[in-house]
Amino acid sequence: MADAPRPMFDTDELVINMGPQHPSTHGVLRVVLRLDGERVVDCDVVIGYLHRGIEKLCENRDYTQIVLITDRMDYVAAATNNLGYVETVEKLMGLEVPRRAKYIRTILAELQRIASHALWLATHAIDLGAMTVFLYCFRERELVLDLFEEYCGARLTYNAMRIGGLPFDLPPGWDGKVRAFCAILEQKIVEYEVLLTHNRIWLERTRGIGVISGPDAVAIGLSGPPLRGSGVMRDIRKHEPYAAYDEFEFDVPLGLAGDTYDRYLIRIEEFYQSIRIIRQALDGLPEGPIMGKVPRLIKPPAGETYHAIESPKGEIGYFIVADGKSASPYRFRVRPPSFCNLQALRQLIRGHLVADVVALIGSIDVVLGEVDR
Amino acid sequence: MAEALAFYSLAAFILGFAVLVITARNTVHSVLFLVVNFLFVAALYVVLHAEFLAVIQVLVYAGGIVVLYLFVVMLVNLKRPPEAHQDPRRRSRLGLVVSGIVLAQLVAIAAFSATQAAGGPAPVEASVPVAGNVELVGWQLYTTYLVPFEVASMLLLAAMIGAIILAKREL
Amino acid sequence: MVEIVIIPLLKIVIVLVAVLAGVAYLVLLERKVIAWVQVRLGPMRVGPHGILQPVADGLKLFLKEDITPARADRWVYTAAPIISLVPALIVFAVIPFGRDVHLFGLTVSLYVADINVGLLYIVSVASIGVYGLILAGYSSNSKYPLLSSLRASAQLISYEVAVTMTLVSVILLAGTLSMVGIVEAQREAGIWFFFAQPLAFAIYLIGGLAETNRSPFDLPEAEQELVGGFHTEYSGMRFAFFFLAEYANMIVISGVAATLFFGGWLPPFPNVAALSFLGFVPGWIWFLLKVLFFLYVFLWIRATLPRYRYDQLMRLGWKVLIPLAIANVILTGVATVWL
Repeated sequence: MADAPRPMFDTDELVINMGPQHPSTHGVLRVVLRLDGERVVDCDVVIGYLHRGIEKLCENRDYTQIVLITDRMDYVAAATNNLGYVETVEKLMGLEVPRRAKYIRTILAELQRIASHALWLATHAIDLGAMTVFLYCFRERELVLDLFEEYCGARLTYNAMRIGGLPFDLPPGWDGKVRAFCAILEQKIVEYEVLLTHNRIWLERTRGIGVISGPDAVAIGLSGPPLRGSGVMRDIRKHEPYAAYDEFEFDVPLGLAGDTYDRYLIRIEEFYQSIRIIRQALDGLPEGPIMGKVPRLIKPPAGETYHAIESPKGEIGYFIVADGKSASPYRFRVRPPSFCNLQALRQLIRGHLVADVVALIGSIDVVLGEVDR
Repeated sequence: MAEALAFYSLAAFILGFAVLVITARNTVHSVLFLVVNFLFVAALYVVLHAEFLAVIQVLVYAGGIVVLYLFVVMLVNLKRPPEAHQDPRRRSRLGLVVSGIVLAQLVAIAAFSATQAAGGPAPVEASVPVAGNVELVGWQLYTTYLVPFEVASMLLLAAMIGAIILAKREL
Repeated sequence: MVEIVIIPLLKIVIVLVAVLAGVAYLVLLERKVIAWVQVRLGPMRVGPHGILQPVADGLKLFLKEDITPARADRWVYTAAPIISLVPALIVFAVIPFGRDVHLFGLTVSLYVADINVGLLYIVSVASIGVYGLILAGYSSNSKYPLLSSLRASAQLISYEVAVTMTLVSVILLAGTLSMVGIVEAQREAGIWFFFAQPLAFAIYLIGGLAETNRSPFDLPEAEQELVGGFHTEYSGMRFAFFFLAEYANMIVISGVAATLFFGGWLPPFPNVAALSFLGFVPGWIWFLLKVLFFLYVFLWIRATLPRYRYDQLMRLGWKVLIPLAIANVILTGVATVWL
């Protein structure tokens, strides 16, 4: 705005508090907004309401017990947390994971991606008023949760990976069910797209909202769909493959405009790519053991390592320092994608209207369990 | 007989609410009494068989203009502090003089009209080819009073443009 | 004596009872329809398939504690819901449900009153209803409901202009302001005005959604809004009044749409002789079907569409609908004079 004549009525800036109890902040997030009329001038993000001391807790647990705790960070995509952690320990100890276990881990991780994106779309849509999409997406998420329940017995906190492999082999008939689910999901995604992708109201609410440029995204340290939405191609599954990802063919969607609409389109496309990966994995599933040669007591040699994987929210990384003497890590540090992505909120929100704040928080896709640990 | 009864009771309400408008403490109450006043005026129009005018009164005055009064009152928050009631300036000599003049005018008008012949203004010419409330008003508006009508619409347009210019921060 | 006093009184009572019961069951219908769209069942417990749910809701609201905020303006606080509900109800005085029926040797017309400015009466009474919204926000004695209610009422009066313009185009076609007269004009013209004025109908429907604060124009009362909306501080029966007023307004908009654009109590294709058997169905059943259809469209839209942001909503009203409506009036006027 150039030098504007002074308005007739002096308006002060309003400070409004949003949260921590608020229907649309996706958890216990507190955002203190400074408004000029309807526009957000600045915001202050206050976190920590869900802090449970996970990193400290893990210093007093066995490496095997820690798998249970990692479930509770990004509780929407728990299997991915498990996967990241067990791979880090395997890297630290130099363990070899059997090929069958890698394939099954990939299938579980991709199913988890589908479930996480389904929940994301459900909450994002209902924040913007499309309440039917909420129920449709949860219907599909229920199917994934049923699959997980059949595999490992739990719906939300799976404990589905072990250091060196997997706890269980696939139940009989499970792969047929997964294939059936993939077929169903492909039709349902069409339903979501019909309702949203070309809907004029949806376009007006998401196009051009919350634009972040590529260089800015890299500077803030974004990862996952927010980073790829701004035109920066980085997907750990492609660039530093883990599990069995190097054996599969899949595309990684890239957005160019860096706005909310692009991040929406990317996640929709990731649904399709996940289905593609799952199908390839099921087709090529090798026989073999599901657990590698792992000592009874897991005591990594002294050393430290960092390993990251691509969770549905972005890059989730684990940094473990082992002192070689105890069965617990000396230091356990998580790099949660939601925490780093949330740093962008301040920049994204500036200049937008209050009604866009919920759309932006949803577009970044934060889970407070991860942010606060 | 029924008409006279209706007229006098409506007139009493109109006057009563008008007095409440100027004596209410709270400005919002004052505006609300004004709305009720307008509604009773609309009822008066109905008694006079001018139904079109009655609904227009409600639609434009009570439902449009006073709504905007209410907006302004609420946004600017003109709640009179209690001290203002004893404000000596409210009983100024200028106020007394002005009200005295207005009172004299009213008395003069009443006396003058009492000496006039009974009979209202000249009735509408029979040459008007339409009948019915809306049609009559429309006919008069577009033939006899065409120029004032157009001038009034120009005035409203100027007011709208002025409001937009004042409200926009940059053009 | 009977005709002047008793019959109109009876009609008023019947209409009011029917409307209030209709509003109560409309709430249930909305919950059911939206639930079925969303792959779930809606209220099922109270009565078979949840039929008695409105009774339970009404009872609950009636018995709730009567809370008034500490420093709220008591009179205005109590008056606001009433000011919201009464206009929504008295509009039904001019909506014609059907032509004449013959009962006990008397010819009873199926409308409470047929005034010569019926359509304008509806618009003017609806504009009084805006006060309920404004006063609700004001009397809550809190900055945020006040701002929210001012926004909601600004939305209402903006869309009132567009809606009134579309009604003007219908008046041009019908040549009369009386509701019964408009239906008669459609019968004489032989077609429903929807076919003659499709643009006006589209604008009317969108404006009607905005007038009743329904999705996709319901940001002022959405839960995701930062402040709770103009009825934050209301609970119990007072809140119920606002609710009733909103749904009664929906029925009004549907009734007016049915009367103005869809022939009121006329069967489809009223001038086609081959379809005259449709005349065996009483007029008021046709009217009811049309109103139910429009109500269903309201609910359908709520279940499907996301929500407009406030500035986009106002932009749509002022920059799109009003110019289109005015253009429509001009075209209709020109066509009426030349054709």
